[in-house]
Amino acid sequence: MLSIQNLTKTYRGNKKAVDNLSIDIEQGEFIVFIGTSGSGKTTALRMINRMIEPTSGKIMMDGMDLSKMNPVQLRRQIGYVIQQIGLMPHMTIRENITLVPKLLKWDKQEKDKVAERLIGLVNLPTSYLDMYPAQLSGGQQQRIGVIRALAANQDIILMDEPFGALDPITRDTLQDLMKDLQVRLGKTVIFVTHDMDEAIKLADRICIMHEGKVVQFDTPDNILANPANDFVRDFIGSHRLIQNKPSVKIVDEVMIQPISITIEKSLDDALRLMVSKRVDTLFVTDADKRLIGYLNVDSFTGPQRTQQSINEVLQREVIYVKTGTKLQDSVRRILKRNLQNIPIVDNDHKLIGLITRANIVDTIYDTIWGDEEENKNALLVTREENVQ
Amino acid sequence: MIAFFTENSSDILLKTWEHFYISIIALFLGVIFAIPLGIFLSKTKTIAKIVLAITSVFQTLPSLAILAIMIPFLGVGKVPAIVALFIYTLLPILNNTYIGLKSVNADLRKTGISMGMTPLQSIWMVELPLAIPVIMAGVRLSAVYVIAWATLASYIGAGGLGDFIFNGLNLYQTELIIGGAVLVTALALLTDFILSKVEIWTTPKGLKVEK
Repeated sequence: MLSIQNLTKTYRGNKKAVDNLSIDIEQGEFIVFIGTSGSGKTTALRMINRMIEPTSGKIMMDGMDLSKMNPVQLRRQIGYVIQQIGLMPHMTIRENITLVPKLLKWDKQEKDKVAERLIGLVNLPTSYLDMYPAQLSGGQQQRIGVIRALAANQDIILMDEPFGALDPITRDTLQDLMKDLQVRLGKTVIFVTHDMDEAIKLADRICIMHEGKVVQFDTPDNILANPANDFVRDFIGSHRLIQNKPSVKIVDEVMIQPISITIEKSLDDALRLMVSKRVDTLFVTDADKRLIGYLNVDSFTGPQRTQQSINEVLQREVIYVKTGTKLQDSVRRILKRNLQNIPIVDNDHKLIGLITRANIVDTIYDTIWGDEEENKNALLVTREENVQ
Repeated sequence: MIAFFTENSSDILLKTWEHFYISIIALFLGVIFAIPLGIFLSKTKTIAKIVLAITSVFQTLPSLAILAIMIPFLGVGKVPAIVALFIYTLLPILNNTYIGLKSVNADLRKTGISMGMTPLQSIWMVELPLAIPVIMAGVRLSAVYVIAWATLASYIGAGGLGDFIFNGLNLYQTELIIGGAVLVTALALLTDFILSKVEIWTTPKGLKVEK
């Protein structure tokens, strides 16, 4: 898809911002460039859409040399999201989303269609299309910034610390959204950050850069398990290293069966089910078991009590993890978002399991006491040996 | 005073009209000349400094002198008056266009380019719309200046409300002087008011919305 070969950028005074960078990026990969400031990660990113021209080396996209392409045409094929969001304040949200389609001279109908489809993807109402950026919150603006980069069916999206200026919770939500969009739409994303948590969470492969050079380019798991050198080890931070942890559990191993109800049932049914199963949260699915939302105790109090259908009182903003997620990631999310529990869905968004705080405690208990019991036995054995 | 208005009513209309159209033509020429030049200058460094320095010098020349200098080249009448006033409209419009475009947020300009805008599209779709409030402030300033200075155009036979004032001076009739001055002021205020409406109308809606 994208092949970067011996890419070098030298600035005045012989300072090498990027030094002989060579990596290959596959179609549909989520690549994260990470490094301290001045490591050349942003410079490398900007050479891909030719906002910066390399001093030497080349970049091939689908076998074509970028330097032989018209830069204006090239940039229209590559989505670009920046930290400063960069929505045009004088254009409506609709005009902002369809900026590249406009440059490509799509007709109005096509533009409207794409705007309406995309704004749905980031869970914002279509009524926002005719508002202006100043009327949206920072997080909402960056959602628009993200879909603006997708509007002309760009295959490659460049993201330069796109969530760096957002508060932690909004950032977390947008990371989930971005990862989900990337997987669902099969986009190739090249993402620059200096936040290791963000990199581990999003990346298929992480490219760690230092002083313009690639220090390590590998999957998050491999980097965490086998850091290439001390620099990488320091950069990751010892608390994240998984070297000495023999078993990394995934959520599927410890999840419990969630209590769920289908959406067409009545609230009475839901309440009865909650009482009989003694749970405070009830997940709502469609007939195919796809997760739609949840009900909790709050759903039954307040003015909504008189309403009779689940559909009306249900909470649709539900935070979930996918099957195969590492347990530690789901714990991190539960703590960060202050959740009581987190549902697990499969690739078709079907509800398959649930992790609760109680059941995390069980797992920790098992791990600690499981080990200690073995230790006790071992001690016992040695004592017996001593006696003999 | 009232006598001035009743006795000269037909004259007043004619002179006001003359005054207005001399000014407005000069302003119009200034706009169509200075805005494109300002846009061009915003893309250069050294040329901008030189051109802005030259127009600043023009601005400091006494207006009466400029009008007098026009006579050998363009004779007397409306044409030299319009040319002289045109020179005066240049600096505020040129300066504000230049500053307006220069002060457009660099991130927005870069975003436009990185999304695949050509430099011309960037000017037309991003920089100009965002610079409109600043450019319009320059146009309004020029308009008020030009209407005030057009009074002097009467001196080289261009007509306008200056005729009342100069007649008043020659004939020692204060009501002619005051009447003329009031009319010039009223015309300037009215034009400024109309242009303030134009400014609101041309400013992109997104820049006016409340959060």
